[in-house]
Amino acid sequence: MKSSVIVFPGSNCDRDIAVALEKMQFKNQMVWHKETKLPKSDLIVLPGGFSYGDYLRSGAIAGKSLIIDEVIRAANDGCLILGICNGFQILTETGLLKGTLLRNKNLKFINKDIHVKVMNSKTKFSNKYKKDEVLKINIAHNEGNFFTGNAHLQELNENNLIAFKYCSEKGNVDNQSNPNGSLDNIAGIYNSKKNILGMMPHPERMVDKLISNTDGVNLFSSLLN
Amino acid sequence: MKFSITVTLKKDVLDPQGKVVQNTLTNIGLNLKNIRQGKYFVIEVDEKDPAIAEKNVDEMCRKLLVNLIIEDYKINKL
Repeated sequence: MKSSVIVFPGSNCDRDIAVALEKMQFKNQMVWHKETKLPKSDLIVLPGGFSYGDYLRSGAIAGKSLIIDEVIRAANDGCLILGICNGFQILTETGLLKGTLLRNKNLKFINKDIHVKVMNSKTKFSNKYKKDEVLKINIAHNEGNFFTGNAHLQELNENNLIAFKYCSEKGNVDNQSNPNGSLDNIAGIYNSKKNILGMMPHPERMVDKLISNTDGVNLFSSLLN
Repeated sequence: MKFSITVTLKKDVLDPQGKVVQNTLTNIGLNLKNIRQGKYFVIEVDEKDPAIAEKNVDEMCRKLLVNLIIEDYKINKL
């Protein structure tokens, strides 16, 4: 499977995701944001970081970069798109995903391992997980507070487009386990065709027992499945 | 031709920064009912026709400066 990781000035998880993808046997290429052509890819990843220093709004400037037109075209052709953290913010700014990520409710940058629940295990990104499986996974963000309008929230619920929800270690989705104030504890969402996933947690940081755990591995093996 | 643009969070959107500023103002003894934090831009455009100029500025707002899901904006000719 061929993957492309788009690199913006200020991306800082681009190497991590590249290492994870290569470990999982993806043929990966890094693509600078000023490129106007994408290499043939089955998966495009918008990595985490602070593209353009979060100027204006997180992801706003990156969302207008040259390569983004190609990413949008590929997405509309059904290519798989994964946006992690800042990548999720960029996806909302391009309109590929609806909703937005606001400043964390407690105004703090949060970097810690939290738990999320797999809400839908029947997508290209999640078929190796079990429904309601609890993953321990790292978050590191200042703007991760998911917000959207009522109509979109209804659409997310009715069409099973919520990918992950923040939960307790035991899998309870409640206020105490919501780290950033996200609407309904939402940690990641799909578009209506389910070929685009945006998520705040970092699966690429959970692929090696030596440094964390392997709870992120199945996201990548799902894609290969 | 110069325009100012004020961008504020929509009424229903939580403004945690504004809340902290409000608490701090209260803590130093300054009473207030409510505060909302926003952004302010001044834009100069090279266009003589005010209607066209304002239309261009409005396009800038909608395409980049404002996230219409969570923010409202007001354009003012200076």
